[in-house]
Amino acid sequence: MTVTSQERRLVLAHLYVAFAALAVGTTFGLLQTFFRAGAVSLPPVLDYYKILTAHGVLLALVFTTFFITGLGTFATYETIPEHPPKTAVAWLAWWIMLAGTVMAAYQILAGGATVLYTFYAPLKASPWFYIGATLLIVGTWVVLFDLLRRASIWKRVHPGEALPLPAFMAIVTFIMWFLATLGVAAEMLLLIPWAFGWTNGIDVMLTRILFWYFGHPLVYFWILGAYIIWYAALPKLLNVPVFSDSLTRLAFILFLLLSLPVGVHHEFSDPGISARWKLLQTFFTLLVVVPSLMTAFAMFAMFEESAARAGKRGFFGIVGALPWNDPMFAGIALSMILFIFGGFGGIVNASYSMNRVVHNTMWVVGHFHITVGAPVALTFLATTYRLLPALVRRRLWSEGLALAQVWLWFIGMSTMSFAMHVQGLLGAPRRTSDLTYGGSSIAAAWHPLALLTAAGGVILILSVAAFLWNVLATITVAPRNEDERFVFASIRASERPAPAWLGRLGWWTAAAVVLVVVAYVGPIAEHVRQHVYIVPGMRTW
Amino acid sequence: MELHRYERWWIWIGALTMVALFATLVTLQIVQGLTPPSHIGTIDPASVARTPPFDHPGLRKLPDGSYDAYYVGRVFSWDPQEITIPKDAVVHFYVTSTDVMHGFEIVDTDVNVEVVPGWVSSATQTFTHRGTYLIVCNQYCGIGHQDMYAKVIVR
Repeated sequence: MTVTSQERRLVLAHLYVAFAALAVGTTFGLLQTFFRAGAVSLPPVLDYYKILTAHGVLLALVFTTFFITGLGTFATYETIPEHPPKTAVAWLAWWIMLAGTVMAAYQILAGGATVLYTFYAPLKASPWFYIGATLLIVGTWVVLFDLLRRASIWKRVHPGEALPLPAFMAIVTFIMWFLATLGVAAEMLLLIPWAFGWTNGIDVMLTRILFWYFGHPLVYFWILGAYIIWYAALPKLLNVPVFSDSLTRLAFILFLLLSLPVGVHHEFSDPGISARWKLLQTFFTLLVVVPSLMTAFAMFAMFEESAARAGKRGFFGIVGALPWNDPMFAGIALSMILFIFGGFGGIVNASYSMNRVVHNTMWVVGHFHITVGAPVALTFLATTYRLLPALVRRRLWSEGLALAQVWLWFIGMSTMSFAMHVQGLLGAPRRTSDLTYGGSSIAAAWHPLALLTAAGGVILILSVAAFLWNVLATITVAPRNEDERFVFASIRASERPAPAWLGRLGWWTAAAVVLVVVAYVGPIAEHVRQHVYIVPGMRTW
Repeated sequence: MELHRYERWWIWIGALTMVALFATLVTLQIVQGLTPPSHIGTIDPASVARTPPFDHPGLRKLPDGSYDAYYVGRVFSWDPQEITIPKDAVVHFYVTSTDVMHGFEIVDTDVNVEVVPGWVSSATQTFTHRGTYLIVCNQYCGIGHQDMYAKVIVR
């Protein structure tokens, strides 16, 4: 059972857009680290805030989304075949996403949308930037529709049976994403008429609540993309079955429920939202520890089982028995190490009153670089070393370069993120082009760390260059090999089928909506009771 | 669906840790009033310059010896640019914006609030050390964002 060449072309189209976004976005990132450290000056066409916007949009929104749509599509197509495959809807989704991306990226580079990737109103970008971003999201809804269409084929052919695990994980991820993006779509319905000048102003706090209703599940969308790989593809590299089919499904259902009612924890420092609603959403935020620890347990259990098959025991025995020469494994394992620190930092951020020490400082930037920039991005790059050859039916051009790349990423990201975290603890604000503050001695203490950040950036760009070189060489000159496959791990023969209640996605979706209502009815009701002023907004760049 | 007993313990330990953390947060809120800055209050951003007390930004000494400090953020400066207070002064900051979002952060203190046009943000700080404190804007506000700073001098 394997995807057809027609389906492989579709998945590749998603990955290629992701890689193009990676190339441009990381180059801008490197320039930013140098500029902030005072090591280079940039021509006006590469204004710091413009390329910062491009960096955030291209990496956090475009790279991640296209990789996950590609991966989710692959996981579903690979496990639910259709003869002959119908790909028209999926191509429509890709074209909508691409059109939106090009539209938004053009506006950013043309200077019409220097609003950073959070596009906080009342910074007023070109309406075409908002329309582009909306199209990117609408395209992903079409992807969900296409995956659900495939799932319906499975239901017809296998009545009463659970969806194959990879397809199940992909579909749960996209259902969660759909519910989340309804928030940003609603925000766009306010922003677009305003940007065209059809409305006089904007309710800023409402746009913030809508944005962060979307913004936190966005990070779970990223991590669930990585979890699809960790749960279902990683065990294959370890020669073990999936740790537990049922527990994996349960973890994904818990993420569906707990990703959404938590967005206000990004607004701890906002006026206009009472502390009690912030506390309520802090509670929901902390609940996510349960599926997170289930995931950690499953990973370590797989490592142990894999080592036990080779007769190795104990911590060092297990670590030594793991396939460190496999770049996909090494990349994922290294990304997991960084994620442990990302998790610790996340608890600080979520800790309600402690948040004010780090809010809007470089700490936060350090945090998301060892979360989305490590467990997510490094897992995606590492997975590419096995997925891409299977899609183009060629060997990976260089295993050695791939292995070097994942280590460089690990070292570069550790260095950069460490320097960013410390800057934040010393009070350095995020999102600033110049750290001198009129020669302030307080600000001067940040400069050495800005240099260390830039050093990490150099290592990372070498890693990106190695990755892109390997990808280009693999798709052009590497030897053909019709036997290249990307296979998901099998389910343990002794495991009973997953209970039916785990598969009732309609009910789980409804439950997720109920939790959203519980979490948001308070802050929204409080908001509409205020005498809210509409703000006209402006371009300040 | 089977949960190994080690996994059950592991999840219980994690969940109880989180419950303890949450209980700490709730206790601190009830006992010490330790909450994130959550001031609820709106102001017409178009007429900040005519709305007391923001029509005269700056320090006000209160009968109990503490201070109110009213700040207006606009691209790309804080008003007032500099205030001077005695050591151990308790200062209640009230901050608003006339245009876009800003972030009001006093480095090396717990003052760190989002500043939203149309809304008033608030935070309180006791300054126990003499010296010059740096106020920065920590929410991107436009091309001159990095030039938006001010000083608090503690004598």
